[in-house]
Amino acid sequence: MKKFFALGLVRGLSWEIIGTALGIGFVTLVRLLIGLPAWKAEPAVVFGALLGALFFLVGVGAVDDWFKWAVGRETGEHFDDSHPGWRRYFGASLDHKVIGIQYLVLSLILMSVGGLFALIFRTELAEVQMQFLTLNQYNTLMSLHGMVMIVSILLGIAAYMNYLVPLLIGARDMAFPRLNAFSFWIAVPAGLILLSSLFLGGFDTGWTGYPPLSARAPLGMQMFFLGVSLAGFSSIFGGLNILATVIRLRAPGMTPFKMPIFVWAALATSLISLTATQLIGLSFQMVMLQRLFGMGFFDPAKGGNPVLFQHLFWFYSHPAVYVFVLPGLGLISELLPVFVRKPLFGYRWVAMSSLGIALVGFLVWGHHMFTSGMAEYLRVPFMYSTLLVAVPTGVKFFSWVGTVWRGKITFETPMLFLLASIVVFLLGGLTGPPNATVSTDLHLHDTYYIVGHFHDTMFGGYIFPFFAALYFWFPKMTGKRLNERLGQLQFWLITPSFVVLSLWMMRVGLLGMRRRIADYDAALGFEASHLVMTVAGFLIGLSLIVFFINVWYSLKKGPPAIGNLWNSRSPEWQVASPMPVHNYDQPFEVVGEPYDYGLPGSQYIRFKGEK
Amino acid sequence: MKHLITVAILVVLGTLGVHAGLGTLGLLPEQASLQAIAVDKLLDVHLWLISFLFSLIVMTLAYSLAVFRRRKGETGEGAHMEGNTTLEIFWTMIPLLAVVFLAFIGAASLGEIRRIDPSALQVNVLAGQWYWQYQYPEYGIVSTELYLPVDRQVNLQMTSNDVIHSFWVPEFRVKQDLVPGQTTELRVTPNMVGEFRVLCAELCGTSHAYMESAVFVVTEEDFAAWVESQQSTAEVDPLLLGQQLVQRYGCTACHSIDGSQRTGPTWAGVFESVIPLADGTTIIADREYLIQSIINPNLHIVEGYNPNVMPSFASVLDQTQVEAIASYLETLK
Ligand code: HEC
Ligand SMILES: [Cu+2]
Ligand SMILES: [Cu+2]
Repeated sequence: MKKFFALGLVRGLSWEIIGTALGIGFVTLVRLLIGLPAWKAEPAVVFGALLGALFFLVGVGAVDDWFKWAVGRETGEHFDDSHPGWRRYFGASLDHKVIGIQYLVLSLILMSVGGLFALIFRTELAEVQMQFLTLNQYNTLMSLHGMVMIVSILLGIAAYMNYLVPLLIGARDMAFPRLNAFSFWIAVPAGLILLSSLFLGGFDTGWTGYPPLSARAPLGMQMFFLGVSLAGFSSIFGGLNILATVIRLRAPGMTPFKMPIFVWAALATSLISLTATQLIGLSFQMVMLQRLFGMGFFDPAKGGNPVLFQHLFWFYSHPAVYVFVLPGLGLISELLPVFVRKPLFGYRWVAMSSLGIALVGFLVWGHHMFTSGMAEYLRVPFMYSTLLVAVPTGVKFFSWVGTVWRGKITFETPMLFLLASIVVFLLGGLTGPPNATVSTDLHLHDTYYIVGHFHDTMFGGYIFPFFAALYFWFPKMTGKRLNERLGQLQFWLITPSFVVLSLWMMRVGLLGMRRRIADYDAALGFEASHLVMTVAGFLIGLSLIVFFINVWYSLKKGPPAIGNLWNSRSPEWQVASPMPVHNYDQPFEVVGEPYDYGLPGSQYIRFKGEK
Repeated sequence: MKHLITVAILVVLGTLGVHAGLGTLGLLPEQASLQAIAVDKLLDVHLWLISFLFSLIVMTLAYSLAVFRRRKGETGEGAHMEGNTTLEIFWTMIPLLAVVFLAFIGAASLGEIRRIDPSALQVNVLAGQWYWQYQYPEYGIVSTELYLPVDRQVNLQMTSNDVIHSFWVPEFRVKQDLVPGQTTELRVTPNMVGEFRVLCAELCGTSHAYMESAVFVVTEEDFAAWVESQQSTAEVDPLLLGQQLVQRYGCTACHSIDGSQRTGPTWAGVFESVIPLADGTTIIADREYLIQSIINPNLHIVEGYNPNVMPSFASVLDQTQVEAIASYLETLK
């Protein structure tokens, strides 16, 4: 029992409950004192949730060292690791590898929850008319599916950036380990608050939360806004940390164009999350204030403008899609050379294309608003800027094809996932331009076509690379290899079903299926298509179960990972698995190009004291 | 060289195959407006591009996988190629040109669908949770169904009563949001007689899925006949008029006459009943109360309901119309 309460996570959760209760009590008391009716749910619950999140951070110990510094006490380089073994992962740690794995697990949990939501409402859609969900439940699940998945993706890329960037550049840890721990732990209460909306009346706005609808939605809406705003801090601080780490802590000799390509992707991603996330936080908080204090930012009756929200929202949320996919595209470029035994084709162009995408990505948000009633003259400029993104994206595809051309290709599970990433992301990329040219978008906007299009980009740019990387680095993280047979089974379950799912979505969308509807007219003749999509959805769910079985089985019975499993040139594979606690015992120096596969006698790094 | 020629042939075949395949799949609803023709034309350019680029990448990839894969017992690494600057410049510039071209014809297509006909028929569209209402200022008609004469441009001046909605008829292709506090414009030229559905395309709350209404595209003569029939209803007896008005103005989306629950309280037996109000008091639903409830809904809020849900109809309905509705409500048992 005592041991149980010694776990940071348990302490954090207990504190969160106390904080929430205090917050609710406090608001009620203040209202009583100033003569208002004492009980009003919305302000009380919002303040309670906010205070609960702060209490969680204190309880879990993520801010201990800052308190100590504030009163002038010395602290060690690491939190004292009184919990060896698995217990380490349940409390605040400063080790970037531990934090990376914490991110990874939390991301997988949220991915499962978000996926489950999708399966529930997908089942409802399999037949016309409502069967077992109410309209409000449907909308809540559909909206939460979107945001829970987005948070899961943000945590997933944070997982890889945290775990890999210091290893790839030869750093001992991140530049700001305490900020790193804080960034992770704030995501836990954020996720809880987000999910609590399910029990507080839900909300019916979709993940975009457009007012005026979101200004009238049930209390769950506020939890959604608050949860996302808190999760935003995780992104902002995480981005800052990666930038500082990459700029300051590279191994000697690692000039910018000798960095592993994933580091370039992480850099571009972090630039976006550091500078754009504020805008989604801002837009959401403005609606929160409108609801709490009657500030009419988006209320036309008070001179506000609902379309302003959309500008603020998409100024983040478009670049955000590059936050989701750039790391994944970086992983493809990083791993492809290992499995084709050839250098990455046009390394510098690939590196620059990530930055190019990140920069152009800031200028295109208006393409979500072609029908919104924004000024008409903005349509054409946004069409040009949006189409421009195709150029750097094209560079990536051509470079992958160039890399594979005349390689010596093998087909282990990570490689299968890489290939699927390329094809699926290609589908996502190619179906984009019809949304960029205004007139065709006027037909496609807000239909299942869009749903299919962005699921392709998310699966191709995130989900498939995520699994490729997991099969690749799981041995490095745990010291055990994942089972190859189960890996192939997972791959063959998820890939065809996903492709069918997304293509079918696009087809019904073109034919007139609106997105975000709980029910559809039988006269449209979409019932069979929806059944196909639902079955495909369940197969994807099944593939995830296979994956979890694989993890469980391999951790128990998997063969130990010995040596350089994939015959990679990357520094982390030149040392033992799992990675030693303080990374490299001997610092290394960069003496060559990262991807010179096939060049006899070439070397990327040399450890100190080695010839 | 041999490899490249084979791949080039595969890409050409792939492009033709994919485009033909997409064509036979039946991807679009009927084409029922001039705007739809322009949209579909541009979409076909996109489909060619998609077919080509998809085949280019996938065929090259598939060929590599099949031909360059590591055979059993083979060792050694792949060819050491680090890149090729000429090639990189080539595949940056070609897409850049393609993109500029696409944006150019995209703008032309936009110009096409936004072409303004000064003699267009104006219809004012008002949307709310969850109804559509169409006003024809030229004829003094209000309707919940959209009647349009064929081959004449219609200029939809649209606004919303509450949240954002979006006007979309898939057969017309184009769509436009309706924003509260703002008027937006959509122009369509239906070119085919038939019955279609207006769908709300922007998520607008729980019943969003059901926010539809009928569109009838009819001949010039049928349209004139419809206009006449609508105008003449104004002279019939008040009960019938009231009954028509509550449907035309979408009241029945929120109020039932059979006692069932919708967004607002049912009208069954409302007249002369004792209504509990949100402020704890009660009121007798006399004629005065009914009239006030229509033109000033926030004056008395029925217990269990929220203010600002029911829009005020003070500026939409005139005195006789309100009286007619009240008379009709009085008859509901
Ligand atoms: C968006 C939904 C909505 C629409 C459309 C709507 N109402 Fe209402 N109505 C309500 C709600 C909610 C209430 C209860 C709150 C209140 O008292 O204002 C209400 C109350 C009423 C009442 C008082 C009923 C009672 O039981 O006390 C009357 C009468 C009424 N509406 C008439 C109309 C008429 C006539 C129209 C059409 C011209 C109309 N409503 C359109 C939502 C609507
Ligand atoms: Cu976008
Ligand atoms: Cu609507």
